Amino acid sequence: MMSIALEIPYWGQSLLRVLGGIGAVLLPAGTIVYLFLFKMMSFMQSRLGPMEAGPFGSMQLLAEVGKWLQKEDIIPENADAKIYKLAPVIVLVSTFLLVVVVPFGPDALFTNFSAGVFYALAIGSVSVIGILVAGWSSANKYSLLGGLRAAGQLIAYELPMVLAVVGVVIQAGSMNLQQIVVAQNSGSIFGWDGVGFPFVLTQFVGFLIFMIAVQAELTQVPFDMPIAESELVSGYMTEYSGFRFLIFFIGEFATAGVFAFIASVLFLGGWGIPFSWFGWESLDAVDGWMNIVGPVIMLTKMLVLTGIIMWVRFSYPRFREDQLQRFAWKVLIPLSLANIAVTAILKVAI
Amino acid sequence: MSLMLAADVNVAQNVSFYIIAAIMVFGALRVVSGRNVVHAALWLVVVLGGVAAQYLLAAAEFVAISQVMVYIGAVMVLFLFGIMLTRATIGDEADLNNKNWSIGIPVSLLLAGTLVWVIVDQYGGEVLASPEEPMSTTAISDVFLREGLVPFLALSFVLLAAAIGAIVLARKD
Repeated sequence: MMSIALEIPYWGQSLLRVLGGIGAVLLPAGTIVYLFLFKMMSFMQSRLGPMEAGPFGSMQLLAEVGKWLQKEDIIPENADAKIYKLAPVIVLVSTFLLVVVVPFGPDALFTNFSAGVFYALAIGSVSVIGILVAGWSSANKYSLLGGLRAAGQLIAYELPMVLAVVGVVIQAGSMNLQQIVVAQNSGSIFGWDGVGFPFVLTQFVGFLIFMIAVQAELTQVPFDMPIAESELVSGYMTEYSGFRFLIFFIGEFATAGVFAFIASVLFLGGWGIPFSWFGWESLDAVDGWMNIVGPVIMLTKMLVLTGIIMWVRFSYPRFREDQLQRFAWKVLIPLSLANIAVTAILKVAI
Repeated sequence: MSLMLAADVNVAQNVSFYIIAAIMVFGALRVVSGRNVVHAALWLVVVLGGVAAQYLLAAAEFVAISQVMVYIGAVMVLFLFGIMLTRATIGDEADLNNKNWSIGIPVSLLLAGTLVWVIVDQYGGEVLASPEEPMSTTAISDVFLREGLVPFLALSFVLLAAAIGAIVLARKD
C-alpha cells in the first residue's frame, strides 16, 4: 500500500489550512445552491430551473454573483451605517470560525481542540448577534421584528441541539471531534466490524433532534418565521441588497454545509472508513492517503444531509410562532433530556 | 539578577497578549463612554471576546470556550434582545450619562488596585512554566465531579432556584 509521506513546513501547513478553510466554506455553499436550490427545487416543481448560463445552467451562480457585486451599495438614510455594514460580516465570520473544528482526515484538520464539540456549539451562537444587530440597524420595523424573532428562535433551538450532542459525547467518551470519528470507525456491532459503529444507530433520536435543530438554526422552512417573506418581507434582510445581501446569502448556505459536516462527524462516522477494512489499529496507523479520500467522503455525507435539509425546506409550510416555540420547549428539549438519561444509564450498565 | 534569554519567553504569546489587552482596554472605555446603548453592548462583546482570546493564550481552552458560550452566546444576546425590545433608538442619546458618573472612577481604581496588589503579593516575580498542552476536558470534569462535586451541585441548585424565582416574579397570572 502506498502511503504519502511528505513533510510540510509550518508556513505551508498554515497556508494549506487557510485555503482549506475558505474552500470548506465556499465549495459546499456553491454546490448546495446549484444542486438543491436551483435544480432540485425546480425538479420538485416540474420545471427546468436555470438553463442558459453554461451547460445545464451550471454557471448561473457565477452570473448571479457578478450581478450582486455590481449593484449599488444602498444604505437606508436612517440606518446606523457602521453597524449596518458590520452585521453581515459577523454572520459570515462565525461560519468561518465554525469550520475550523471539523476534521477532514487523520492529519487534514485545522485545529484539534480537546473540547471540539463544545467549541462548535459555542461559536454557532455568535451569529445570532449579527442577525440581531442587522435587524436593529436597518431602521425598519419589519427588520427589527425579524431580528427579534430570529433571536428568540435561535436561542430556543440551541438548547435541544446542545442536549442532543451530549448523547454522542457520552457514548464516544470524548468531546474531541477526531476522537469521536475514531470511536465510530474502530467500533464494532456485536463483534462484527464491517461498517464500524456509526452513532446514528444508537443515537437515532439524538440525530433526529440535531437535524431538526439545525433546520431551525438555519431558519430554513418550516422554521423561517424570522424571514417570512409574505409578512415580514425577508425580516432582518429587508434592507440589504447587492454584495451585503450576497454575504448573508453565502453565510446561510455555507452554515448549512458546515452544520452538515458537524452532523456527519458526530453521527455518520465523519471522514473515516471502518478501520478494520485495512487493519488500522489506531489513529496513528491510518494511511496518509486518507487525507485525500477523507474530504471526499465528508463532502458526500454533507451533500446527503444538506439534500435532506433542502428537501424538507421545499416540502413543508411554515410553522406559526407559538407552534415553533412550543415544539422546541415542550417536545424537543424533554425528548433530548430523556435521550441523555437513557444513554448515560446504558453506558454505565453495559 | 540574570537576564532572561529570548528563548525563555514565548515571544508570540507575549506580543499577542499586549495587542489583545490594548484592544480590550479601548473597548472597555468605549463601553462606558459611548452615547448609544447598542454600540456599548457591541463594544462589550469585543471586550468579552478579548477575555476568551487571553484564556486561549494561557492554554485554558475549556475556559475560553465557556467564556464564548456563556458571555457572548447567551448573556450578550440576551442584553441585545432586551435593549431592542425596550429602547432601541438609533443615533446618540443625550441622557445616557448619570450625573454621579465621576464616583465610578475611584471605585474602579480601587478595584483594579486591589486585584493588582493581590496578584503581585501572591506570585511576585514568579514565572509560571507554560503548559506543554492545554488541560484536557477529562481532567477538568474529574476535578469537579470528584473533589468539587458538592459545591458544583450546590451551585446548580442555587441557579435552578434563581431561575424558578425569576419565572414566579415575572408571571402575573
